[in-house]
Amino acid sequence: MSVVKRISNALAAVVVWPAVAFGDNQVNMSPGVTSIGAEIYDLHMLIMIICVVIGIGVFGVMFYSIIYHRKSRGVVPSQFHESTKVEVAWTVVPFLILVGMAVPATSTLLEVYDNDDAELDILITGYQWKWKYEYLDANGENVSFFSNLATPQEEIYNTDQKGEHYLLEVDEPLVIPVNTKVRFLVTANDVIHSWWVPEIAVKRDAIPGFINETWTKVPEEGIYRGQCTELCGAYHGFMPVVVHAVSREEFDAWMGSKRADKAAQVAASAVDLSLDELMSKGESVYNSQCLACHGAQGEGGVGKAIAGSAIALGDVGAHLDVGIKGVAGTAMQAYGSQLSDVDMAAVITYQRNAFGNNTGDVIQPSDVVNHKQG
Amino acid sequence: MGDHHHGPAKGITRWLFTTNHKDIGTMYLWFSFAMFILGGTFAMIIRAELFQPGMQLVEPGFFNQMTTLHGLVMVFGAIMPSFVGLANWLIPMMIGAPDMALPRMNNWSFWILPPGFLMLASTLFMEGGAPAFGWTFYAPLSTTYAAPSVTFFIFAIHVLGASSIMGSINIIATVMNMRAPGMTYMKMPLFVWTWLITAFLLVAVMPVLAGAVTMMLMDIHFGTSFFSAAGGGDPVLFQHIFWFFGHPEVYIIILPAFGVVSQIIPAFSRKPLFGYASMVYATASIAFLSFIVWAHHMYTVGMPVAGELFFMYATMLIAVPTGVKVFNWITTMWRGALSFETPMLFCIGFLVLFTIGGFTGLMLSIAPADFQYHDTYFVVAHFHYVMVAGAVFSMTAAVYYWLPKWSGRMYNETMGKVHFWISFIGFNITFFPQHFVGLAGMPRRIPDYALQFADFNMMSSIGAFIYGASQILFLYNVLATIIAGKKVTDEKVWDGAEGLEWTVPTPAPYHTFEVPPKLDPAHAHG
Amino acid sequence: MRLSADPTTDTVLKLVTVVVAMFAFVFVVMVPLYNVLCDALGINGKTSAQAYVAAPAAVDTERSVTVQFIATNNDSMPWEFRPQVTSMAVHPGAANDTVFFAANPTMQHMVAQAIPSVSPARAAEYFHKTECFCFNQQPLEGQSDTLMPLQFIVDQDLPKDIKTITLSYTLFDVTDRVSERIASR
Repeated sequence: MSVVKRISNALAAVVVWPAVAFGDNQVNMSPGVTSIGAEIYDLHMLIMIICVVIGIGVFGVMFYSIIYHRKSRGVVPSQFHESTKVEVAWTVVPFLILVGMAVPATSTLLEVYDNDDAELDILITGYQWKWKYEYLDANGENVSFFSNLATPQEEIYNTDQKGEHYLLEVDEPLVIPVNTKVRFLVTANDVIHSWWVPEIAVKRDAIPGFINETWTKVPEEGIYRGQCTELCGAYHGFMPVVVHAVSREEFDAWMGSKRADKAAQVAASAVDLSLDELMSKGESVYNSQCLACHGAQGEGGVGKAIAGSAIALGDVGAHLDVGIKGVAGTAMQAYGSQLSDVDMAAVITYQRNAFGNNTGDVIQPSDVVNHKQG
Repeated sequence: MGDHHHGPAKGITRWLFTTNHKDIGTMYLWFSFAMFILGGTFAMIIRAELFQPGMQLVEPGFFNQMTTLHGLVMVFGAIMPSFVGLANWLIPMMIGAPDMALPRMNNWSFWILPPGFLMLASTLFMEGGAPAFGWTFYAPLSTTYAAPSVTFFIFAIHVLGASSIMGSINIIATVMNMRAPGMTYMKMPLFVWTWLITAFLLVAVMPVLAGAVTMMLMDIHFGTSFFSAAGGGDPVLFQHIFWFFGHPEVYIIILPAFGVVSQIIPAFSRKPLFGYASMVYATASIAFLSFIVWAHHMYTVGMPVAGELFFMYATMLIAVPTGVKVFNWITTMWRGALSFETPMLFCIGFLVLFTIGGFTGLMLSIAPADFQYHDTYFVVAHFHYVMVAGAVFSMTAAVYYWLPKWSGRMYNETMGKVHFWISFIGFNITFFPQHFVGLAGMPRRIPDYALQFADFNMMSSIGAFIYGASQILFLYNVLATIIAGKKVTDEKVWDGAEGLEWTVPTPAPYHTFEVPPKLDPAHAHG
Repeated sequence: MRLSADPTTDTVLKLVTVVVAMFAFVFVVMVPLYNVLCDALGINGKTSAQAYVAAPAAVDTERSVTVQFIATNNDSMPWEFRPQVTSMAVHPGAANDTVFFAANPTMQHMVAQAIPSVSPARAAEYFHKTECFCFNQQPLEGQSDTLMPLQFIVDQDLPKDIKTITLSYTLFDVTDRVSERIASR
């Protein structure tokens, strides 16, 4: 057990620290599952306990005065008003305590910065308002996907009961193998975001145009949830992080299925779907990607209205252009690289037929492929 | 020797054209209270939305406008002008001067504030809404991705900054050149010392803020790329420049509060301030150190480890002079003859709660631990402890303490005590649970949260409504005092009060110390 | 030095000088200092914007460093952009080259700027680009594509503990260089 941990355990026993929870509610940092997380937790407890002890001492003296040095007790006030000895003492002693704190803090920080010898590299890109994860493969066959908030709008706007992982659930989590040093390369697509998972004690800012690196090694299988921790616009609170740490075998199988998915996606682009299939898929894509700006009824908001819009009722090619390439100089992103051809076909079909638009247009994945080729 | 001046002018022109430090102080104080109510209203909207999980009252974009404006209005509209108002009322009297060094510039310093804040508040009604990028306005959220109102935000910051700079120049010129004969620097009241040092900080760093927002303006409108990687710039540069201003700024907020507490505690302990010289040196050390710690606001940005370590060590060091001050205040009380009128209650509340805020500050300074605290509610709890229970409590204590001297009337002591206790309890119910949710993983600046944070958020919102309501009681007490309070005519309103301001008649005449006073050698300093 | 006979005016003039100097300090000192320190210490992962002129030197064949390439589009940049190889093993001192593929799928002429970023940041000063498409803006007609060259040398003085260098390019659309602010999101 580290020295820090011993001291902090001893002090905690003395101070009789309450349990991690107050009723059902967590009141303290969690040590999490990683060794770094445990070190950070120990440091946090050490500093906190030292502060509590000093606080008890200092406030104790003050409350003693408040009780015993009252005018109403008839005391005559002393007039002493300086002492160099005392000033030196309470300058030097705190300084030494700080030095004592700085030593373990330095060693833990150096460990946080040790990014070498990773077995797996993952590029994390913050977008407004979702994360993109890309597994860097030496052969260039990167698996990449977006991870969007999966909590339905009905739960957020209080027409449905909130689920257990309200606001902390995504459609595609980040999957990593346990006991493997994973290196995260963090950047952003637009504004500054920050990627944080408390239980694995990783937080790093995502800065557009720059790459940051950090690492983790998760020893315990489990699902770990975090959030974006840098204000990034209206939906900053709605872009969670979910990490699944799984066994090596499970990870390899998952990677295999993801690569197969990629291949299947290409194959799926050649298959025609029925209007119902397109509408149903389109609605779920709309809700996860478009609703935040274009409204649940296509009524617009931050983004233009889709209900009754010239674009949704007009030329299909022009509509596809907007979805695929975005609109430069506005908040409308280029979804061509974010949505599969099937999803793109579905959401454009949905927009052209929902919200009273009723054009009857059916856009197939192959139409999207053809349009992208020009 | 007669008084050759007329009394104050009549009507609205008195207030528009006054160059009298007492009038200007009064205007600053009323203006800052109005801003406190405005910023408080934004806070009530925030806490109402956060009362329960789910979006009930406002849209996420508007919520971000509320958090942004709450911060800007409280920092630049409530806290800073309130202490400038105190400086105006008290500094000339405390040093035996007839007025501030530059009375006409003093008028301008105040009068550009209302239009500045009107401009800022009007952004709520502009296309795209008010600024929604946080009071820290990081680029590129505040440049490339900002609503059109950002330009007005930038102008407003320039105006507010100009006001602070002019006020600080005035304070420095006054303190350096207009002290009564015999009042050496080491005989000045500590309130004057803390304001002198604060004014130097302001003169040094407000222009840096002006530079930062000017660079934003240039990036937005004139095609430069200070903060945009596309043109070879760097968003992190913004953070360095902002926090180079931003860290001294928080000491600008707290140092005058330290000065107030250093005047009031000795008065109600009936004992001189312990360690006057140490207190001066500690204040100066804090001011100096405040320039070299800024990047502790940026520990997760990807700084090289040597930089992180430097900023961690320098930040931890600030605990030393701050601790010295707390120990000195408590030693002032030790073996005094204490009484607990409302100003003293607020100062004791300050001592306890500011110290708690200081402890969480020390925890935050530890860089590796900060990876878990940064941008969570733990930080929000920390800075509200030091700014509200620190600066605002101190300001409230100051009003109760000096109001009788300013107005010639005593406030209702029972109502004052009730205000204290409701504030103290309401404040702690609001902000103590925020430590818990922060440690449990709740980020800042989010309008909705996961279910495990619900109980403490509800508690925090209830506390906020209680604290907010108690300020209405405060307003009532102040108004009732001024209009119909029991008259006070003793020069020394409080038997333990020391300082030149307690040698002039009560209420203080429109012009005081037109002839410099003879200092009593028996009294070392106020 | 007295700026005025009247003490108050003297104080005021000195303070005004400080105010102006601090404002100027931001532009004239802070910005260049930041860039100089980043360049000199290589601490924010920025590499030089100029071509490196290599002096002849021995190749360290004992040591192998992995260089990883990442290509990202900024915001709504619609181009396809990817490295031809995602990683290469290199010897410090040796000259290496690779290409990045870029395609403009729109109908319009566009101009892009690639911005490099190196991780770990302290490796940046040891990563020398003798030719890079990031040195210039890259124009591309609509519906066309290109291969953009990169030539680099990893310095022999690269600290021994660095075994992997990641070079990331972010591609920005700079077709309209007078920045149009994106409407509020």
